[in-house]
Amino acid sequence: MLKQLTHVQVWVNDQDEALAFYTDKLGMELREDVTLPELGNFRWLSVGIPGQDVSITLMAIPGPPVFDDETREHIRQLLARGASGGLFFAADDARAAFQELKQRGVEFTQEPTEQPYGVDAGFRDPAGNHFRLVQQTAEVPSL
Amino acid sequence: MTPVPPERHLLRAKDLADARYHEPLDVEALARAAFVSPAHFSRQFRRAFGETPHQYLLTRRLERAAELLRNTDRSVTEVCLTVGLRSVGSFTTSFKQLYGVTPTAYRAAHPPTQRARVPTCVRQAYARPLSSFEKTRVEPRANVVTVIAIE
Repeated sequence: MLKQLTHVQVWVNDQDEALAFYTDKLGMELREDVTLPELGNFRWLSVGIPGQDVSITLMAIPGPPVFDDETREHIRQLLARGASGGLFFAADDARAAFQELKQRGVEFTQEPTEQPYGVDAGFRDPAGNHFRLVQQTAEVPSL
Repeated sequence: MTPVPPERHLLRAKDLADARYHEPLDVEALARAAFVSPAHFSRQFRRAFGETPHQYLLTRRLERAAELLRNTDRSVTEVCLTVGLRSVGSFTTSFKQLYGVTPTAYRAAHPPTQRARVPTCVRQAYARPLSSFEKTRVEPRANVVTVIAIE
């Protein structure tokens, strides 16, 4: 059966811009950066949080032959409108992480806020992907 | 460098409404966040997100108000001011138009929600009453748009 989640995919508007953001600003490490001429210079680019095995694949939105121009444009539009889904990150100290990331120029949509499940903040990458930064409370509220 | 679709800037206005709804925000401030001239802003926002920035901000405020009515014992006036609305009369009117009942009646009908481990950003996104497009959860009446002049 399924053993492990290894990669999650995130659409990005520009891979170079995304790589700089995820490494320089978010502090992730570059894991894979392979360009394949036989695939029309498809670039497999992934980053990850040091110490955690799951990688985030920063995927450029492909045109033909993968998607027709219209589909590609739809995805671009969804991304820019913030409709592309999101990822949830954990931090030991969400407020400290917020300060650090904000100083580095990360665009926050919500400052760290007390919630029943912990301290929760929100930010976006340059493309518009939505991320949460959560410091979970030790005690899990009952359902 | 791949150019960013203009909607990415409009998204900043939407984010600002979500983050600062409790402040005296107006459509001009939202337009500034999107780097769009106020003259074109509402039309562009509506094209991108299906409703005007005014409607979006108002429904965000009403959604937050509904949450406070359910989960706190603050008075209706306090709730109104807490979510960034200044007129209790307008608040009550627009709340009733979107939720079908007055804030007081809504509170009586909705005991505090259980604390499931659903992130608040998800809650906020799904609980916002709909104004201009299809209705699924609440039954908005017509002419919601002109109810409140947002400061």
